[in-house]
Amino acid sequence: MGFQIGSANIWTVCGTCENSSIKETILRAAPHDTLLIKKGTYKEFELLVDKPLVIKGIGYPIVDGERKGEIFRVTSDNVTLDGLFLINVGVSYTKDNAAIRVVQSKNFRIQNMVLEQLFFGIYLEKSSHGKVYHNRIIGNAVDEYNSGNGIQLWYSSDVEVAKNHVQGTRDGIYLEFSDRITITDNVSMDNLRYGLHFMFSNHDIYSNNTFENNGAGVAVMFSKFITMKDNTFRKNWGTAAYGMLLKEINDAEISGNTFEENTIGINIEGSNRIKYLNNDFINNGWAIRVIGACYTNSFKGNNFMYNSFDISYNSKLNDNVFEGNFWSSYTGYDLDKDGFGDVPYRPVKLFSYVVNRTPETIVLLRSLFMDIIDFSERVSPVFTPDNLKDAQPLMKIRS
Amino acid sequence: MLKILKYSFYDLIRSRWSYVYFLFYLTLGFVLLFLNNDVSKAVITLMNVIIVLIPLIGTIFGVMYYYNSKEFTELLLAQPIKRSSIFLGQYFGVAGSLTLSLVLGLGIPFVLYGLYRSNAIFDFTLLLVTGAFLTFIFVGLSFVIAISNENKIKGFGYAVLLWLFLAVVYDGLFLMSLIVFEEYPLDTFSLVATALNPIDLSRILILLKLDISALLGYTGAIFKKFFGTDLGFVVSMAILLLWTVLPILGLRYKAKRKDF
Amino acid sequence: MIIEINNLHKKFGKNQVLKGVDLTIEEGLIYAVLGPNGSGKTTLIKSILGMVIPNKGQISVLGEPIKKGWKYRKKIDYLPQIANFPPNIKVKELIHMIKDLRNSPAAEEELITVFGLEPFLNKKLSTLSGGTKQKVNIVLTFMFDSPLIILDEPTTGLDPKALIRLKELIQKERARGKTILITSHIMQFVEEMANEIVYLLEGEVYFKGSIAQLLGQTEQTDFEHAIAAITTHNHA
Repeated sequence: MGFQIGSANIWTVCGTCENSSIKETILRAAPHDTLLIKKGTYKEFELLVDKPLVIKGIGYPIVDGERKGEIFRVTSDNVTLDGLFLINVGVSYTKDNAAIRVVQSKNFRIQNMVLEQLFFGIYLEKSSHGKVYHNRIIGNAVDEYNSGNGIQLWYSSDVEVAKNHVQGTRDGIYLEFSDRITITDNVSMDNLRYGLHFMFSNHDIYSNNTFENNGAGVAVMFSKFITMKDNTFRKNWGTAAYGMLLKEINDAEISGNTFEENTIGINIEGSNRIKYLNNDFINNGWAIRVIGACYTNSFKGNNFMYNSFDISYNSKLNDNVFEGNFWSSYTGYDLDKDGFGDVPYRPVKLFSYVVNRTPETIVLLRSLFMDIIDFSERVSPVFTPDNLKDAQPLMKIRS
Repeated sequence: MLKILKYSFYDLIRSRWSYVYFLFYLTLGFVLLFLNNDVSKAVITLMNVIIVLIPLIGTIFGVMYYYNSKEFTELLLAQPIKRSSIFLGQYFGVAGSLTLSLVLGLGIPFVLYGLYRSNAIFDFTLLLVTGAFLTFIFVGLSFVIAISNENKIKGFGYAVLLWLFLAVVYDGLFLMSLIVFEEYPLDTFSLVATALNPIDLSRILILLKLDISALLGYTGAIFKKFFGTDLGFVVSMAILLLWTVLPILGLRYKAKRKDF
Repeated sequence: MIIEINNLHKKFGKNQVLKGVDLTIEEGLIYAVLGPNGSGKTTLIKSILGMVIPNKGQISVLGEPIKKGWKYRKKIDYLPQIANFPPNIKVKELIHMIKDLRNSPAAEEELITVFGLEPFLNKKLSTLSGGTKQKVNIVLTFMFDSPLIILDEPTTGLDPKALIRLKELIQKERARGKTILITSHIMQFVEEMANEIVYLLEGEVYFKGSIAQLLGQTEQTDFEHAIAAITTHNHA
């Protein structure tokens, strides 16, 4: 029996206690009760939380699913899971087993959890108004087909995902059909595919996150009104690796982000009306690669520093505006001392077209021959869009 | 050989041209640092300059020294000294003094601008090592050309053509063949073609530092193995070393058979 | 015998310069190697020094075949035809350097005094006149004590005083039992110095013998005319 505090009971669970099983204690508990799980190992799985409960671990008790299936399934509103160490989720090819699955619930709170040896980590399904806060999800994914995502939101809305650390899963954080989600201060690294993956999700904000060394970086696809601010995208290296992949994104704002040492900083496909403001692109292979038709985008106040290629286009058309950016390879002058270079900067090198066509030619990067060709193209553009230029390149780095 | 080296080196470091070369690098270093005020960026700019300029200077200097010291060489040939020692001594004297000018000329401004406090020190060292390799390779090649051509004008011409070929034309042909044969798997070809030209090879060493992000964007498995691991660095260094040894062997071979 | 040459052939491109030279140089005599321009004098001397590599034939110096060797050059003092030295170096340094390279004892001080080179010791070689350079050249040659001395046009650019000194020097070395090989265009000088004449023509030794034999053979009274007549007479 638990202690009565007001109208709610507190149940203590431990190996030698009267209540030694979490599952049975949940059954016994009344709505709004609290379960305190003491330190120890609990070999349990498929724990169904179907009433509003607070389940709180003390000293990180281990709940070992022994790879038999899902560990927690929350189907009630107002559930809090706090401070548990969940390991060994069952891997299945037919069911998306998760360490924690929240189904059609509101006002949930999942915090301070540690998840290891998992398939899916935290799976929010048709849920809303919850918070996923300060969890640590460490997967050991090797192949995409038998690994799951760290934090997945599916048809969910108004959820806050903050201060989580996700690594070694398939997609670190995955959103599908999920609107008004706030993703802040997370670290998503070493994931097999994407650090963060958006599909058909609108009006979301993600800020101050760090995405590092993910198989393919971050992908934002088929979504509208996304705000991406002050994030860091680092070291996403590989053939199809991007700091960020934008595909069919409209009306977004991308500002204050840092893209550093990625094969491609931002890969843009069919995305329109996006504002790129005050971002830093440092030491990327390609800072920005534009594929296909992208209209009415504007790039202002960004720093482009030491990228092998600043901008790459595959078409001769340009409807995007570049203005007031800093380009480290700009060699112009500022005679009127207004802080802007007096001659426009052309950020697209002819060589980037050659590399698009024949990728092996990348070994000729920085060769005198290519420099001469790029120079002549810059003087009189033949292959690159004539209006693709920054007429007001900054003379000093925007700080 | 060490004695010849000593005298050639001594002769050279007192010659006007060594000072010109030294002052050139000194000025280049200071100007770049003054304009950029950033050690890392200056290193990047220098890398671009150096892979083209060092071979040119090495070539011209080597040919010039060889022809100018012809009489002196003949004086030495009558002395009880091994033939190959005379030429190798002169070769190391020229290459060594040029390398010294390079290291001091660039080293002084960079050290004054706080190289030790920046994180560019590895890049800078790589720059100097690559520069030294290129100096030795191109002085060697120019010596081989000079020893094979009695006619000074011809020798000069061939040496400059060699530079022009390796610095520009080679890459043009290389690019064209890549585009013409783009249907075929080309990563082995492009790596081999790169290794066959010491300037390209040095460029690759520098790319490995500066543009690794872009290099890893290409799919080829061999590429990936070469650029994605230390293999690329080790192999490039080894081939550069081979490139240094080959002209020396050529010089020895020629020296043993030539009439004076 | 100090030098022995057997069947020496040398070709420069299409030009056959030496066509089977056989020559023996005996110890203690002064030999003059003569011949018209392009007869192969310099090539012969350079072959002995190992500067020219023969196509065929053997050369032995002091009983050792010279092929691929270089140590035998320690036994030879050679005065090259045109004295061109590294321009950035001082006379003193050049002398020091050659001594250092040969690693042999040398008596340069006396020679410097003899040729009056003291004022030039601290000057760079590029600033010297042709005659002074030749004096330096002579000092460099005679300062060592080797059994064989080879002089290629030693009189070039010398003033009369220096020429006298040079002759004295040659005689002195001869008196010390050295073998000396000279090429020269100055017949008076040759007549004065040489014991034996080696006359090269079209790559072969056309005449070898003393001046007296030469005069006898050509039936001339005067050495210069004898040399001029050497070819025509023998054909007759």
